[in-house]
Amino acid sequence: MIQVANISKSFKVAKREAGFGRAVKALFSRQYELIQALDHLSFTIDDGEMVGYIGPNGAGKSTTIKIMCGVLTPDAGECVINGRVPWKDRLPHVREIGVVFGQRSQLWWDVPVGDSFELIRDIYGVNAKLYRSNLEQLTALLDLQELLQTPARSLSLGQRMRCEIAASLLHSPKILFLDEPTIGLDAVSKIAVRKFIKKLNSEYGTTVILTTHDMQDIEALAQRILLIGKGRILLDGSLAEMRKRFDQRKTVVIEYLGELPPLILGMELIEASEGRLVLAVDPHILPVSEVITYLASQVELLDLAVSSISAEEMVAAMYREYRI
Amino acid sequence: MKMYLALLRMRFLYGMQYRVAALAGLATQFAWGFMEILAFMAFYRANPANFPMEFSQTVSYIWLQQAFLALFASWGYGADIAETIISGNIAYDLARPLDLYNRWLCEMLATRFARAMLRCLPVLAVAFILPEPMRLRLPASPEQLGFFIVSLLLGTCVVTTYSVLDCLAVFYTMTRINLVFAMISDFLAGAVIPLPFFPEPIRRVVELLPFAAMQNMPLRIYSGHITGSSMYQGVALQLFWLAVLWLGGKWLLRRSLKRVITQGG
Repeated sequence: MIQVANISKSFKVAKREAGFGRAVKALFSRQYELIQALDHLSFTIDDGEMVGYIGPNGAGKSTTIKIMCGVLTPDAGECVINGRVPWKDRLPHVREIGVVFGQRSQLWWDVPVGDSFELIRDIYGVNAKLYRSNLEQLTALLDLQELLQTPARSLSLGQRMRCEIAASLLHSPKILFLDEPTIGLDAVSKIAVRKFIKKLNSEYGTTVILTTHDMQDIEALAQRILLIGKGRILLDGSLAEMRKRFDQRKTVVIEYLGELPPLILGMELIEASEGRLVLAVDPHILPVSEVITYLASQVELLDLAVSSISAEEMVAAMYREYRI
Repeated sequence: MKMYLALLRMRFLYGMQYRVAALAGLATQFAWGFMEILAFMAFYRANPANFPMEFSQTVSYIWLQQAFLALFASWGYGADIAETIISGNIAYDLARPLDLYNRWLCEMLATRFARAMLRCLPVLAVAFILPEPMRLRLPASPEQLGFFIVSLLLGTCVVTTYSVLDCLAVFYTMTRINLVFAMISDFLAGAVIPLPFFPEPIRRVVELLPFAAMQNMPLRIYSGHITGSSMYQGVALQLFWLAVLWLGGKWLLRRSLKRVITQGG
């Protein structure tokens, strides 16, 4: 059980405009800006939940994850995970969690991945039997057989990421934090990783908290979504619930000859290029049939496609709606 | 404990990898050792009465210093630890069930011993067969040798706890100020000239500082310049400074971690 209540965290960031003169000036008087990364953030996550934690760049996702992992100490607020405060009881807390920071590496650079795994085994004191069975499973599911003898520095980003995920699971953690785990993965690996995380959650009841910018990850994995913006939780609910709210909107894609048609009420421009136009349409304001009639009257239509809005666009719309 | 042993092993393997660096280091250490001995020889010829150590003691001091340079150097260590702070990779280290201070200490010690392992034997082997007066002699008694080994290990630990402070400074400066740390300690530890050569009132103060608990003590015990009760006092001084630096470092790390900001997202 993860309980986060009124967590706030701010960072002092040195700022200056680019340029030599400004740099010299900054030697003597430095300007700081206080960034409020988290602003009275609260949520609760139950055991066995799989939560997608989304928000635009700089919204405070990673900061929250780091606080829950005991890496950062918040300025104010409370966080209790399985009865422990992460930054106060760091050692017993981190023994029970697994973390993947997608943009960093936990593997020793110059030695084969297998050596790193063994070191991690010893750090967590995983017994030989559990280690062997975990390693076997991870190797099979993430297709690591070829990679274990290779030094981490010789792996591609996607290969390394699969090893990173495996490394975080060798000690069978109860909670898994994944901070952008699918960066750099190819389609096959992405699907494998998603399948794997799902299995982990359904078979072992591992709680999974996942931040990502890949909405397909969210669609595939998250039963529940937390939307964070400007350091606060803006929405908390399932993807289906959010869809209900935004689903009405349709995407209309046309290919046409002629001038770019002027937009009318109920249409929103998503993308426009030479002879191609992507619109989001709210059917409550403007029925799709009218959209087609209108467009046909303005330009010569070559091709037309209507579809439900994608998770990606839905999230973009949410970001816009909340001005984050 | 097992996890620290595993870390030790990993670091040790890392340290053993750089054979070319070890060869280059060896060449420097021989050149430096000979040069230093020749310079001291000239001083000794000019006025042996004014020489605070016997010449043979000075020779032993210099050869052992070169042989165990990797154990006592205050530079060349901790760059990778500083890098984890600067890049923010420390996030992963903090997400592990390990005391960060002990981990750093353990890794740095392992690196030092791995490097020393590669370098000390050739230097010692050559120094033992050189013609007099350049030859390195065995210590006068087994007791002296025993105390030398104890003092050597303690000295290495003192230097290492000192290097941890250097890493901790990175939390506040976001860059390494290793040069400052190294310059102060190298001079005051007797890495440039042995402490007995310092002028009288200064020497007395310097001999009480933590820097005197680094290479000064084991090298002078080996060469027989420190014997008997001063040997016990010397080891006590080392234990004292080790405790102070250890506790101080742990306290400072705890403070620093409260303001960790893990750079780079």
